[in-house]
Amino acid sequence: MTDIALNPAAPASARPARRDIGLKRRYAAERRFKLYGIAAIAIGLFFLVALMYSVFSNGYTAFWQTEVNLAINLDPKIIDPDNKRATDPNVLLTANYPILARNALAEKLGVPATNKPAMRELGKLFSEGVRGQLRDLVVANPSLIGTTQNVWVLTGADIDSAFKGQIDLTVDQTRRKVSDQQVGWMNKLKGEGAMSQRFNTGLFTYGASSRPETSGLGVALIGSLYMMLIVLCLSLPIGVAASIYLEEYAKKSRLTDIIEVNINNLAAVPSIVFGLLGLAVFINFFHMPRSASLVGGMVLTLMTLPTIIIATRAALRAVPPSIRAAALGVGASKTQMVFHHVLPLAAPGILTGTIIGLAHALGETAPLLLIGMVAFVANSPVTPLDPSTALPVQIYMWANEAERAFVERTSGAIIVLLIFLAVMNITAIILRRRFERRW
Amino acid sequence: MSTLMVLVIVIAIAAAGYFIGRQRAVSKEGGNVKPHSLPHYHGWWVFLASALPAILFVAVWAAGTGVYLERSAIAELPTRTADTVIASQSLELGMVSGIARGLDRLSDAERANLPQTFAELQPLLASKGVALATEGQDYMIPIATEWNRNTAWASRIGGIVAIVLALAGAVFGLSGVHVRARARNNVERVILGALIAASGIAILTTIGIILSMLFQTITFFQSVSPSTFFFGTVWDPRFAAAGSGGSQGQFGLIPLLAGTLYIAFVAMLFAVPVGLFAAIYMAEYASRSVRSVVKPLLEVLAGIPTIVYGFFALVTVGPFLRDLSAALSGGYAFIQAQSVLTAGIVMGVMLIPFVSSLSDDIITAVPGSLRDGSLGLGSTKSETIRRVVLPAALPGIVGALLLTASRAIGETMIVVLAAGVAANLNINPFEAMTTITVKIVNQLTGDLEFNSPQTLVAFALGLTLFFITLAMNIFALYIVRKYREQYE
Repeated sequence: MTDIALNPAAPASARPARRDIGLKRRYAAERRFKLYGIAAIAIGLFFLVALMYSVFSNGYTAFWQTEVNLAINLDPKIIDPDNKRATDPNVLLTANYPILARNALAEKLGVPATNKPAMRELGKLFSEGVRGQLRDLVVANPSLIGTTQNVWVLTGADIDSAFKGQIDLTVDQTRRKVSDQQVGWMNKLKGEGAMSQRFNTGLFTYGASSRPETSGLGVALIGSLYMMLIVLCLSLPIGVAASIYLEEYAKKSRLTDIIEVNINNLAAVPSIVFGLLGLAVFINFFHMPRSASLVGGMVLTLMTLPTIIIATRAALRAVPPSIRAAALGVGASKTQMVFHHVLPLAAPGILTGTIIGLAHALGETAPLLLIGMVAFVANSPVTPLDPSTALPVQIYMWANEAERAFVERTSGAIIVLLIFLAVMNITAIILRRRFERRW
Repeated sequence: MSTLMVLVIVIAIAAAGYFIGRQRAVSKEGGNVKPHSLPHYHGWWVFLASALPAILFVAVWAAGTGVYLERSAIAELPTRTADTVIASQSLELGMVSGIARGLDRLSDAERANLPQTFAELQPLLASKGVALATEGQDYMIPIATEWNRNTAWASRIGGIVAIVLALAGAVFGLSGVHVRARARNNVERVILGALIAASGIAILTTIGIILSMLFQTITFFQSVSPSTFFFGTVWDPRFAAAGSGGSQGQFGLIPLLAGTLYIAFVAMLFAVPVGLFAAIYMAEYASRSVRSVVKPLLEVLAGIPTIVYGFFALVTVGPFLRDLSAALSGGYAFIQAQSVLTAGIVMGVMLIPFVSSLSDDIITAVPGSLRDGSLGLGSTKSETIRRVVLPAALPGIVGALLLTASRAIGETMIVVLAAGVAANLNINPFEAMTTITVKIVNQLTGDLEFNSPQTLVAFALGLTLFFITLAMNIFALYIVRKYREQYE
């Protein structure tokens, strides 16, 4: 209307000019707005891909380790020079095994034993881990002494990196960790087929070590397994019991209100606070052992409980009231109604929530740092009371190491952790798809 | 008698009670009277009547005698004088309990001719795998032997009482088995009690968190005044070597708080636009098939453990930003590898799925009639979203953002690896700052004396963190409740 009033000069017969509502500009704004959305999703996905690429490109090589095949002569003159092994069992434990490996390598490469500098270089070719490897071999079967054994021996971390092409060999040899001589030997052994990459079982069996090539996730895997079992055994029954009470029995009262607000709040408390709780209560007050997976499991239980309670309550709520009415109608008591009818129907939902809670607990690091799981544990824990580490804590400790080979190990450990998490989450999704009922 | 054996015996008695009780209930059936409960309820009631009191007694007895015996051991320690060698009473007690633990592992023959001086005892116990501190004193040995003897007595008495209780409970339960007995109601009452106890654990956890941190914080404030903690601008706690006692550091919260808020701010600056636009696109524009692929993919970001993000920041993002800044300025890297920016961006990536999935739910909850009305009046889709849908969803979104921010403030592993440890007060996002959570981890890893302010400050920091996040969560809930539009 105003347009017409403002344009009295316009001829009355012509159709009034279309009011300019800025369609062009508005459509452009529309397109821009949509583009922002696409860009945002692209940014999110880009970082997902970048993160995965960074981890996998650094880490996939950690599953193979360079080893060298040596014909080692278990010379009794070196293992037991004074011939006392029948009386003193320590002789076999403390013998100088690396010398045996060095001699075998020198023989293979044709280095004369009198060439001291070359022998020293040669000694750095394989890992110190050979000491434990040969010791275990000999202690398990002392009759091997004096024979010649074909053994695959781990190479040193630097040789391993060079073999995998992670060290730039074009720079001057004084500025890298492997000498030209060692590279020459390496290539010779590679040509003969005596040095090659083999599947790295040590990554899954070794404990903590200051040498990258002999450090592994063995202790961490056992510790994490114990913790997951403890979390499962504690948080599932407690969480389900609490949810049943709140969902089926509790009348609306001040107390249940407080419990409810509490649970929602606990779900949002920073995880590190649970670590402080564990340190103050379990370790300082109850004098439980430090770095034990039992304490870790209990702390993670408290942290996971809210997640499981929230998921279980949703699952219980999804069971239609008609089921309850029917059960009560044929004479079941309230407890029988809950445990015989409602709970089985809610089980898939509860299980899904529990698995997701467990996956969350498996990746949690911060509370475990505070209860002393940042420990150098070389021996596998036997019970949950023994010192151990956990998978994410091991990742944290390796991430703080400076050596290149540890970056590879860290990424490898992250891949292991991510695979576990993926398996758990996919199981949860499959369970949900398979058993979820729509009423 | 070990506690484990007592428990096994008690459970065995109770299990026997279950079978006998069920058997008796079956044998009493068959008359004209209709039985009140099924036989297995009678069995379970006998089981519970037998096992529950006994197990409760074992728990209370073990805790009670433990405390009592420790008290009496403390009473026997010589009075502390100025020239006592050992720094604190708790240290002294620790040594005595160490000796007691070691004596337990000796064989009878070794115990018969026990050395009377600590110097002789130490190597003997060391050979059994119990390492003792070198300052042990001779007078501790009799106290430790006495302690061990009393502990043995206490556990013997406790075990016998527990077994008697279990038997008495079984007899009581069995005597009550008859046709009209309300065994089911009894069992269900116990079950209900257990359910209530389980939901009480949530409250206990909260009380535990507050009390445990509060006590340590009060101890901390006895050596450092609250005003210097809350308003101090210098964080320099010094090294807390065991026994260094007097060496005082400065514990100023301000630099840590500033770093925490700054990093969280940068993270939100990154995560909020990205997450919000992603949510809007997925809720309003994306087709069903796109949504079913993109939504789970973004949620994968939420499932990745934070330590992985920390490592990503440490080895990829940090060096990348440093090299980028060096390339931009021609040599001088003005962005440090560990910086507010690195930590903020990576934390922002972690927060994207939180923002997007929470906002997505809220935006989808806005009723379609509002959209239809706006579109019907001729506005474009983006105008509808900006002028109608977002204002309607605003309270929910603000609540979601507050929850996300509280997560950013409490986040630990990313900042531990990516933000640095130097407690600086600066406004340059390219330099390192540190956070409350980093300092909690720093102060509590390693072997520290538990009573020094250097350790206790971590609890004060934890309590501060707890209350900040608690306040944000409650505020978020309040906003959502107060401003939520009801569409019915």
